[in-house]
Amino acid sequence: MGDASRSMLARARSEIREWRPLEAEQQIAQDGELVVVDVREQHEWNDGHLPAALHVPRGFLELQIEEKVPDKTAPVLLYCAGGVRSLLAGQTLQQMGYRNVISMAGGYGAWTAAGLPTETPLRLSDAQRRRYSRHLLVPEVGEAGQAKLLQARVLLIGAGGLGSPAAYYLAAAGVGTLGLIDADVVDETNLQRQILHNTSRIGKPKVASAKETLSALNPDITVNAIEDRLTKANVLDLISQYDVILDGTDNFPTRYLLNDASIIANKPVVHGSVFRFEGQVTVFKPFEGPCYRCLFPAPPPPELAPNCAEAGVLGVLPGTVGLLQATEVIKLLLGIGEPLVGRLLMYDALAEEFNELRLFRRPDCPACGEHAHPEDLPTYEDVCAV
Amino acid sequence: MATLRIPPVLRPSVGGAKSVTAQGTTLGAALDDFFRRYSAVREQIIAADGSISNFVNVFVDDQDVRYLQGLATPLAPDATITLLPAMAGGES
Repeated sequence: MGDASRSMLARARSEIREWRPLEAEQQIAQDGELVVVDVREQHEWNDGHLPAALHVPRGFLELQIEEKVPDKTAPVLLYCAGGVRSLLAGQTLQQMGYRNVISMAGGYGAWTAAGLPTETPLRLSDAQRRRYSRHLLVPEVGEAGQAKLLQARVLLIGAGGLGSPAAYYLAAAGVGTLGLIDADVVDETNLQRQILHNTSRIGKPKVASAKETLSALNPDITVNAIEDRLTKANVLDLISQYDVILDGTDNFPTRYLLNDASIIANKPVVHGSVFRFEGQVTVFKPFEGPCYRCLFPAPPPPELAPNCAEAGVLGVLPGTVGLLQATEVIKLLLGIGEPLVGRLLMYDALAEEFNELRLFRRPDCPACGEHAHPEDLPTYEDVCAV
Repeated sequence: MATLRIPPVLRPSVGGAKSVTAQGTTLGAALDDFFRRYSAVREQIIAADGSISNFVNVFVDDQDVRYLQGLATPLAPDATITLLPAMAGGES
């Protein structure tokens, strides 16, 4: 290092506060406002970085930082490999108006030497970059978002009308693991809408048919075909293995069973239903919005359950509703947009109209309320079967 | 005059109509007007004690009346009432 470099560094050190890694770790844990920015190059980031850090290579700092950290009063912790580039980057941020900039002394090297936690981002292969190129071009998805999708696990309850379009597009999107649970076999009457299946697979288990179709579309993902019904015995173990649950069930017992288990396991459920020309979608995200029991604390008695008969459905309708559900799943996985938490979207295909209702948590909800015990709630017989 | 949106499962009880109009300055009055014409729907909406049934949610515009004033919720002349019954209907 020459005299000029030494002088620049000394000045930067006098202007920018520094934290050692242990102090930085404490501050990250305590200060929810603190933004951590990694200013190293792409290949360095790829080898590992601090959890929850943003990546803004120093060469793009002036161009990208205001988009990624718009609040110039927020505390910003910068780090590089050894603590030099982050000091100089700190000066740049101060010149740009950031008022609370800190550099991590010793950088990522000192952080790992202290045995502190790191994350290694999933690196896309060339084939994955080609397959998901249209996602990579979307800033809200990008490489980090695609990596999240590839590492995500989504369980679909039912491989039928709603599960078919949802699973098809989630597979295409590169959701890394799809679980499908369904005990039925493909029937000729399914083929008017259940697009995962085809005529040659009539009589075959739906989950096996679904796996065949999804794996052919995208061999990059894992499909877990679970030929079973969702029961009290398997529900918790099953949903605990997944990040988001897509509910395509058609009966009250399963709907309540899934609701109560999702509260215990703290898993969001993307709910959909269809009836003739109309459909509904909402997201039950435990403790952030209402659950199914907030709306309906218990299923209706048979005489008040008017919709048990086979009602028929326009074949394309589950396509629309299932894809709305798939969209909500992707938003939840990526943490983008405004998921339908606390909102019920109602779709009327004949009027070609969407309406929305606001849903609230019941403080006295038996599943997610203040004094709730979802593990003690009853399961139900199918009122339609009584 | 309020508009009452009828969910698909209740339409057979109202001659297949997707929506009907109802008169009343409160939700309760508008529902009474509705039940006078379609009495068969009453037991789906109103519990034995006269309150809104636990098996249906009622909204005025986009708001759940449980968090407004229940059956006493005042109605604007162009209000939309939506009935949301528990539906088994899914698509397995």
